[in-house]
Order: sequence, then structure tokens, then C-alpha cells
Amino acid sequence: MAQPGQSAAAALASSLESVLRSRGSANRVFEILELLQAEEADVILCAIRTCSRLFGALLERGELFVGQLPDEETSLRDNYSAEDKYKIWMRHRYNSCVNCLVELMSHESFQVKELSLTTLMKFVDLEGKNPLVKEEWKGSFRFPRELLKLVVKNLIPCEEDSSLLISRFQEYLEYDDIRYFVMKAVAENIGQVMHKTKEVPLPIYQQNVFSLISSMSMPSKENEVVNFMVQQANQEEWKVSKLKEHKRAFERMWLGFLKHKLPTSLYKKVLVILHDSILPHLNEPTLMIDFLTVAYDIGGAISLLALNGLFVLIHQHNLEYPDFYKKLYSLLDASIYHVKYRARFFHLADLFLSSSHLPAYLVAAFIKRLSRLALTAPPQALLMVIPFICNLFRRHPACKVLVHRPGGPEDLSEDPYIMDEEEPSESRALESSLWELQTLQNHYHPDVSQAAAVVNQSLSELEDDISELLELSAYELFDRELKKKATGVPLEFEQVRGLFGKKNDLFAEHFALE
Amino acid sequence: MGKPTKQRRKGQVAARAPGPSGAGMALVKNNPFEVKVNKQKFNILGRRTKHDVGLPGVSRSKAVKKRTQTLLKEYKEREKSNVFKDKRFGEYNTKISPEEKMMKRFSLERQQTHEKKSIYNLNEDEELTHYGQSLADIEKLNDVIDSDSDNEERGILSAELTAAHFGGGGGLLRRKALTGEEDEEEEKPKSRKELIEELIAKSKQEKRERQTQRENALELTEKLDTDWKEIQTLLSHKTPKSERKDKEEEKPKPDEYDMIVRELGFEMKAQPSDRMKTEEELAKEEQERLQKLEADRLRRMHGKDEQENKKKPKHMSADDLADGFILDKDDRRLLSYKGGKLNVGNEEEEGGNEEEEGECEEENEGEPGREDEEEAIVEEDDATDSPSDLESDMGSEEEVTANEEQKKKHKGNEKKLQSEEEENAKIEAARSELPYTFTVPESYEKLKSLLFGRIIEEQLVILERIQKCNHPSLAVGNKAKLEKLFGFLLEYIGELATVEPPELRTIDKLVLPLYSLCQMFPEAASNSVKFVLQDAAHDMEEMIEVKGRATFPGLDMLIYLKITAILFPTSDFRHPVVTPALVYMGQLLTKCQVMTLQDVVKGLFVCCLFLEYVSLSQRFIPELINFLVGMLHIAIPQKRLQSYTPVHPFRPAGKNSELLLVCDKKDMETWQKQNLPLNIMTKLKESSKTEMNHFRLSCLAVCLDLIKKCAALYESLSSFHEIMQPIRALLTEHIPVSEYPKQLQELHQNALKEIEDKGKHYTPLVCEKKKPVPLKLYTPKIVKVLEFGRKQGGSKEEQERKRLIHKHKREFKGAVREIRKDNQFLARMQLSEIMERDSDRKRKVKNLFNSLATQEGEWKAMKRKKFKN
Repeated sequence: MAQPGQSAAAALASSLESVLRSRGSANRVFEILELLQAEEADVILCAIRTCSRLFGALLERGELFVGQLPDEETSLRDNYSAEDKYKIWMRHRYNSCVNCLVELMSHESFQVKELSLTTLMKFVDLEGKNPLVKEEWKGSFRFPRELLKLVVKNLIPCEEDSSLLISRFQEYLEYDDIRYFVMKAVAENIGQVMHKTKEVPLPIYQQNVFSLISSMSMPSKENEVVNFMVQQANQEEWKVSKLKEHKRAFERMWLGFLKHKLPTSLYKKVLVILHDSILPHLNEPTLMIDFLTVAYDIGGAISLLALNGLFVLIHQHNLEYPDFYKKLYSLLDASIYHVKYRARFFHLADLFLSSSHLPAYLVAAFIKRLSRLALTAPPQALLMVIPFICNLFRRHPACKVLVHRPGGPEDLSEDPYIMDEEEPSESRALESSLWELQTLQNHYHPDVSQAAAVVNQSLSELEDDISELLELSAYELFDRELKKKATGVPLEFEQVRGLFGKKNDLFAEHFALE
Repeated sequence: MGKPTKQRRKGQVAARAPGPSGAGMALVKNNPFEVKVNKQKFNILGRRTKHDVGLPGVSRSKAVKKRTQTLLKEYKEREKSNVFKDKRFGEYNTKISPEEKMMKRFSLERQQTHEKKSIYNLNEDEELTHYGQSLADIEKLNDVIDSDSDNEERGILSAELTAAHFGGGGGLLRRKALTGEEDEEEEKPKSRKELIEELIAKSKQEKRERQTQRENALELTEKLDTDWKEIQTLLSHKTPKSERKDKEEEKPKPDEYDMIVRELGFEMKAQPSDRMKTEEELAKEEQERLQKLEADRLRRMHGKDEQENKKKPKHMSADDLADGFILDKDDRRLLSYKGGKLNVGNEEEEGGNEEEEGECEEENEGEPGREDEEEAIVEEDDATDSPSDLESDMGSEEEVTANEEQKKKHKGNEKKLQSEEEENAKIEAARSELPYTFTVPESYEKLKSLLFGRIIEEQLVILERIQKCNHPSLAVGNKAKLEKLFGFLLEYIGELATVEPPELRTIDKLVLPLYSLCQMFPEAASNSVKFVLQDAAHDMEEMIEVKGRATFPGLDMLIYLKITAILFPTSDFRHPVVTPALVYMGQLLTKCQVMTLQDVVKGLFVCCLFLEYVSLSQRFIPELINFLVGMLHIAIPQKRLQSYTPVHPFRPAGKNSELLLVCDKKDMETWQKQNLPLNIMTKLKESSKTEMNHFRLSCLAVCLDLIKKCAALYESLSSFHEIMQPIRALLTEHIPVSEYPKQLQELHQNALKEIEDKGKHYTPLVCEKKKPVPLKLYTPKIVKVLEFGRKQGGSKEEQERKRLIHKHKREFKGAVREIRKDNQFLARMQLSEIMERDSDRKRKVKNLFNSLATQEGEWKAMKRKKFKN
């Protein structure tokens, strides 16, 4: 294996030297380019490195043709000087090298991919410094956009997951100019790809795009835009150095991305980061309203997640959302205590329900629904939701009839509360009582049982702090219980007579040892 | 003119009166001109006045007298540097009696003379004297003078005489007042001569009396002497003192025989032992013990310990400031009433009960539950007389306490007997083959090598012998070793459960030594089990973090959970081992995906565990219901998802959502309910489709039975119908009952009936009445009023200060007054001096003038004579 690699390396080194030394042996470039399509990854790596060195040197020397590149055939015929002819020829070789590298970005070996990416980015850097485009007017800004577009296009392929390569690409996104042009390129690319596929969702492509664009860290202040890869003569006037332009590009890119139908998992991921890494960097956050309302209407976990973005819009951008609380009410279903985003949802729900101007019937409906659902909740959620409900009672004393109704009807045959009613005002929650919490007083977990017993007494004035309880996990609960210092361990006094030997043993009825 | 007469009269009176001051005072007091009355403007009750009557004359004369003695003396000696010093020994010392004083003076005098003499007279013997008489002379006298009496006589005599002769009458008068006999003679003053005569007569008489006394005493001493001589002869027979001492030393040396006798006396005597208890008594004792344990368990189940620790109604004083300050531990309790009667005796239990009642209210509603029983025990006054009757009265399942347990045991024993006989043979064989002593294995590997591969009986015998040989009472380190053995045994059981096929029979038997070890070392056992649980939970947590979901643990963990239920009481409100186990099981049912039939069996096993854990405490487990809903969910063909939603580990649709679905009619018909074998958990046997379908149906049967049990368990919960709603919906609407075999249909019917039979009762909640916060009553502040007026208030120091200031002021005023008076007195004295001097001079001048006049006259006369002549 090492044999061909070594020989190739030696050959490459010699041809590199000869090409760089004299123009006469320029034809040996083909030897190098040929090896770019070799079978072995080692050879390819070697070739890429050689190309990088070769064209890097050529770019720096200015031995590549600048300006609109004439056709290779025509250039030979036309009356160019020998010098120009050489440059044009070399430029063509450079272009074919770039094309090869772009293709190699989808090579199966990650090393090859990575090296071709870094080589291309090196070319971007060098092209930026020694532009291959003619200056249109004095002081015009030149940036190797086309090359970058090519790189971006291959960075987000439709077929395979390229998150590794994208994470490698991250370091280039630190440069403000690169990021700016990448954003533009991505927006353009999405438009092209989606247009081509006619709205058929491309999960892998979208995933790739997401992993590329979600990792961009936008500057938040004007004076943070200072890190450029390509320095221009009159930097200040370049629109790349304007934060507003960045924001516009960012906004365009995201809107373009979100315009299309997303797979559910991606939807969730977008919503998770929406409120703190997307919304603040938009010029017009209100443009997200449509997206969020659609997401909010989907239901389930997606709605829960959309809530956060909506909250930001309502809170900071005066969004008026009709029937918001009704919608929020309908979000409460059996899964809220089990989903991953429980803490987030209850944090927001706490915010939404903290207003003391809410009508009592609404809060009562929420309380009743939450506690009804709590009948299926795991203990860690119960430990959070019981203080949550108690806090609601404290904020809305009118709801206290739910736990204290002296002189009410003695014996009801049915719980007056209607669980299936969509409209909180119709749910008759205020006529009901919190039998659910009473039931939970018999919960198997001692802490839950004690927490639920709070409703027996009149509540204290001070609200409980639930922020710590929000993130409580089952394992923490277990650990806490295990670490509790116990004095004395009570023992079972009933004598055993085997594994299933207890009296009335349930297991003996259903299971057999053999 | 009047003054001297007055003085004289006073002197006379003083001379005659029995006490100069008393009589004088009385006289003065009676004289209205001497008395000055300080008139009071207001009569104040309770105030004692000292100065309502004053004797200004007397006090003034006293003051003057005192001044003349002190101030005047000073004044007169003001320019004199010589000082008169009285160096007589003890002249001004009142503490020394006059006799002693004289003695000392005398000895001092003698010393002085002796020293002086001895310088010059070397050979002269000291002549000893007594009262100035030579002792040599006294010795010559025959009769020994009793020094005391003599002293007394002389002392008195001299005192009297001196008083009479030189005292100016004071001493004599005092004496007379003391004797008090001659009170009547007060009026008639005796002449001086008479007095002296009287004295002489008296002294003579006293002398006579003393003489007779002395003679008597002499006689008595002589008699005593003669008596003594008689007794002395008797006394001489006694042994001398030194000998007696020797004997005493010998005495403590006890005889050996004595020692033994005494020892025997003190030795413990064989007590008559209690008679052997009869079977019934033993049974009764056992029953009592079990009852006590059961009561203990109930208490723990309700978490009373915790609550008691937290809030015990404490006695609160009316004066309590509610500032959290507790002076001392107060073991009084609040008065409480129950049913109109004062609650005294069972206060503690009932207090707890009342606290519990809130929780248990609904539980009590339905039927006589455990709480009823407990209350009945507590309120024994209106219950029946004996606990056994009580139990028979109560019908609930839980009532089966000691009595029935006993019976069961007996029954079980009987059943066992036959099989035991066979087993006994085996055990005997094992016993004879194995060595008798074992050391406790130091590591798990050693235990494994000791046990693995042997038959069950041998393993049991080995473990038994290890325990016996290394009982903690036999050696110091045994406790730690056996504690470790528990952990190893637990590990061993886990390994037995993981081998293929699992050796469940062995585990079944190994539980016994595990139990006994656990009883011996609860702490160590709980720690080992906790460790196992922690490991398992940690593994699951890691798996969730890595994969995002968990899988059911192996059979070993399930067995551990079952063993936990065997070793520890699962009904406790909070238990260091059981509570974490419950949490872990809850996690199992919510986090673990049900992907295969094995998972279904494991899930059902955990459900069974849950039900067993809470069978006594009747605690509510949402996870259990959720899981059962999920089980039914994966058994129905079309998922319409109406009126129920499966929660977390179960998906509304997707793969694994038809795990328990059986469609084959034939298989349905051929199915017979069978117990689920546990070994299926480790490896699912490759079996035919029919068998698989049968297996599914068995799982479903278990599930339905569990639902029925749940329904029975939770019927007392107030939200019973809300809890059971999804299950009921599934049972009534979705489950294809009609297709199921008969046995399953029956189970289905039973379960549904259990759910639907329960009436719907909702009573609006009412908070516990808040105890009205009692008004704070403060005891009035009582301040000692020292004096009406301005000196009220202030702290003690303040008062003291004020008092001192007042006193100082008064003293100051008094001092100023005194000084003023002193000055006046001095001025008066000076004036009188000056007057005297003036008058002296006047007199002298007058004399001079007189003499001059006479001289002049004489001279003139002479001249005239001359002229005449």
C-alpha cells in the first residue's frame, strides 16, 4: 500500500518543482491533476497537497489570468501574447483543479473531504488577496464569490449527511465576510434546490442546511464586525462590514429555509433554537409570525416549542394572538408531563399564567386540566406541578373554591368539570373540586404525597419557587431518595418461604419459576 | 439663777433614780415644757412617723455635752504640741475582760522588773506571787483555795468596793437597779453609813457560804478516792491495751471454712424456673408479637413518625409570644376533645389519627378499611373487649393478621410435611457429607466456588453452617464478615438469574438465608440492596443519555426488586430502601420501550411488583395504570385513539404497537391459561406461531387480572373513575372481546365489573379549618412601688442610685448643720472666753484704778495732812 503512495509522492514532488521552476515544463501539471482522480486516498491526499502548493504559489506570483476567461481554444487562436496564453492556459488548469477538488468533497474518505475543503478555502483566501476578477471600477470590491458558492453547494449535499465536514467548516464562519457570503450562497442554493425538487421534502439536504446555518454565530453589535478574511482597500464602505446587511442576509437565509416544509425532527430543532439564536438576529422578527403560528397550530411537542418563540414576539414585538389562552389550554394533553421539553413549557406557562388579570374561570380550567392530567404523571413531574398549581391558587385567590367549597352540594354523582371541552369558559371548572390532588395524597412517593397534602391546609402567602423543580429528573429523584440519611431500617417481619412464598402472592398466580 | 438649781436637782434625781437615762427621760417627757410636738398636717395611713414628738432641750444639752467633750477639748489644745497618751494596757479595749486586763498588766509589769533585776541579780530566784502575795506563802496554807471562787469573790468585792468607794455612785446605782430587790427603797434614800454596813454584812455572809461549799467538795473528793481504790483492784485484771490490739488484728483473718460458708451464703441460689409454656401460650405470645409488629408497620405506613417528628401539638402558654423562644422542653399536650369527651389517655395515637384522617377520609368511605380497624383499636372503650374478637368482627382482607397467619402457617406446614420428608433425607445426606466448619468467604469468587455446582440442599447447609460457625457473638470480626456475606450472596443470586437457563429454584431457596442475614444486619443489608439499585438506576440513566431511551433490565434486577419486597416492609410511608426501589420501578415503566414479548413479560412483572409493594398501603401509582393502558393498547387491532391516549413509552402507532394482537381464531380456541415462565425473560424460545399466540393471550390474561386488582385497590380514591377512564374505554370499546376465548372473556367481564361497580361519589373539598390564632395575652407588668411620689419607676440600679443621692443629700445637709452648730458652739466658747478675759481685765483695771485711787487718795490725804500740818 505504501509503495504507490510513496512513489506518487516522489513523482508529485518532482513535477511540482519542475512546473514551478520553468514554464517549459508546465505540461507536467497534467501529471498532478491526473493523480487527483487516483484510487488510493493517500495518493489523492498527496496530490491535493501538491495542487495546493502549486496553485498557491502561482496565485501569489500572479501567473494566472485575471478577468473574463476566454475559451481555451479561442485563446490559442487569438492574438494573445505568449505570456497571456500561458496564463490563460494555467488558469484553465486551475479551474479544472478546483472542479476536481469540489468533486472530491463528496469522496468517501473524510480525510480527503476535509483536505479538499481546506484547500478550497485556502484558494478562497488567496483569490481574495489576488483577485482573478478584473477591477470593474476603481475601488470596487472583489471577492471570490463563485468559488465560495461552489464550496457551499458541495458542503450541503442532498444525499449524505455532512455534519462532520460542516463542523470542520465552522472555523471559517468566524470570518465575517465568509459568513456573509456563505449566507447569501446558502439562500441562493436553497432556492435552486427546492425549485428543482418541486417542494418534495429533502430530509438530508435540509438537515445539512440546518447544521450549517444553525452553527452560525451572528455578531450582536456593529463594532463586532471586524474579523475579515479578505481585507479591502476601503473596508468601511464595503457592505460586508455593515451589521444590517448581515442581518438581512441572515433573515433571507432563514426565511428561505423555513419557507419549505420541514421534517418533524428538524421542526423541533429549529423551534428549540428559534427564540435565542434566530429571532434576535432578524431585522424584522415579526416575519416569523407566520411560521410560528403555523407551528403552534400543529399541536403536540411542536406547539409547545413554538410557544417560546411566540412568547418573545408577544412580549417584545406586540404580537396580538387571538385565543392564545384557548390554544394554550388545548396544548395541555397527557404527554406534557412526559415530553423532554416539560421544563421549558412549564416555565413559559408559569409566565403566561402569572398575570393577575386573567379571569378566574380560565385559571380554574387550567388548574383542573393540569391536575387531571397529573393522574398519569411521573413523580418528578408531580413534584413540580403541585407547587405550580399552588402558586396559581395564590395568584388567583378566586380559584380557591376548587380546594375549599364549604356549604357546596353534598354528593355529586359526576365531576362537573368537562375534560373534553375545548373552550376553557365552558369547562365548568369553577364548579368542580380538586379531587385529583386529594387522590395524589395517596401517591406512592412520599414527597408527592406530602406536597399534595398542602391543599388540605390553607395555603401560605408566599409563592413556592418552582424554577429548581422544573428540571428535576427521575434519576435525581432516585438519587436524592437514596442519599437520604436514614436512622434504622425497618425489616419485614413476615417469615419468608421462598421467592414467591408470601401469602396471597401475586406472582405465584401469574408467573412460574420454570 | 435658775440654772444651777435645776442642775443640782437633776443630779440629785440621777443619783437616786434606778436608771439615770430612763428615769430622766420619763421625767423630761412628762414635762410639757420640754416636749415639742411636730404637728402633722395630714394623717397618712401606713406611714410611720419618727419625729412627731421631740425633746429639744434634752437633745441640745446632749449635743453641747458632746461638743464640750470633743470639740472644746480640741479647741483648747489647738496650739499645744504635747499629747497625752494613755499607754495603760488595754485601757480602751472593751473586748478584754477586766480580769484578763489585770493579768496582762501584771505579767507585763513583772516582765519589766524581772528583766531589770536579772541583769544585776544573777542568782536570785524569782519569787512567784499571786495577787501580790508570794506563792510560797500560799502553798503553806492547807486549804487549797479554789481559784475560781476566790477570783470571783475578790473580783466582785473589788468591783463593788471600787464602785462604791470611787465610782461616784454610778456603778453602785446600776448594781442596785440590777438586783431590783430594793425597789421600794427607791423613795427612801439610805445614808452612806448604812450602805457600807450593809455591804460588809453581805460580804461576810457570802464568805461563810463559800466555806461550807468547799468543805462539802472536799468530803466528796475523799469519798471518790476511796471508791476508786476499790474499783481499781477490779480493773487490774483486764489485759493491757497493747495485747488487746493484737487480738483485733487477728480477727479479720477469716477461717477458710468460714469463707466457704459465707461464699455459699452469697451464692446465687437456683431459682425456680418458669414452667414450660404450653403450645397455646406460645401461640398467643407469637400472635401478640405479630400484632405489635403489624401495628408498628401501620404506623410507618401512614408516615406518622415523620409527621410526629415534624409537628407535635405543643402546649402553648397564653403568655406565649410566638417568637419561637422556648424556655424549656414542655411535655404537656394541648387539651383535645373527641366526640365531646375530653381526650386524655390515647392522646398520642389519636392525635396522629386525626392528622391522618384528612388523608384517609375517602378511603374510609367505601367500606370498613384498615383505618377503621386502627381506630377501633384506639377507641377501645366502645369496641369489644379482646383484640381477637375485634379482628373477627372486621371483615376486610387486611384483617387477616396474626391469627389467620398462624393458621396458614400451620396449613402450609402440614402440606409441606410430606415433601419435607423426602427433602429431609436429602438434607441429611448433605449434612453428613459436608464438613462442619466453614470460614466466611472473603470474596465473591470464593463464595461462588464454594456454592456453585452443588445441589440446592448442600448450598443451604453450607450457608447455614457459615452463619453458625461465624456467629457475631463468637468472635469480634465475624459481624463484618457476615455483613459482607450478604452482599456476596446477593451478587450470587444475581448471577444465578443471569445464567442460561436461570436457576430460579436455587434462588427460591437462597432467599431464606438471605432473609436471616438481613434480620441480623439490617444496616448492611439495606446498604447492599441500595448499592444494587443505584447501579441499576445509574446504568439506565446512562443508557437514556446515550441512546435516548432505555430497555428493560435483566431478570436479575427484577429478582432483586422482588427480594427487596421480601426483605423490607413495602408499606412504609418512607423507607430507605423501598422508596428508591419504587422510584426505580416507576422509571422502568415510563422510560423503557416495550419492543418484544419479553419486554411485555418484564413490564407485567414490574406491574406485579408494584401491586405487591402497595398492596397494604394502597398507594396510587400512575405509572402502573399507564402501563396497563399501554398493554391493552398494543392488544387492539385498530387504533382509533378515541377517549384514551397511551402515554410515554407507548406510541399511538408505529412498530411494536401490535405486540399483543392475536388474530388467529384457532389459536384462540386452543388457549389455556398458564403461568408465565420467568426464564422466558432471559431467552425467548424459538417456538411456533401458535405457542406465541398462546403466550400473548396469557400475557393479556395477566394484564386483565392486574387491572381487576388495581380497580379493587384504588376504589377508595376520589378520582377513581378519572383514573380508570382510559382502561374502561379500552375494555368497553376497543378490545375485541367477542373474539377472545371464554376464559379471557370471563376475566374481561370481571375486570370491567370491578371498575363499573363503583359508585360515583364526589364531595366538594373543604379545607381543614384553620385554628383561630389566639389573641396574645400578656401578663400585667408588676412594678414594686417603693414610695409614692417621685421615686417611682426606673430599674433597680436607678432606684438604688436615687436612694443614694437622696441619702447623700440628707447626710450633706446634716453635716452642714453639724458644722454650723460646731461653729456656733465654738463662737460661743470664744465669746465667753473673750468676755471672761474682758471682765478679768475690767476687774483688774478696776482694781488698778481702785489701788490708784486709794494711792491717790492716800497721797492727797498725805498732802492735805502736809498742808494741814
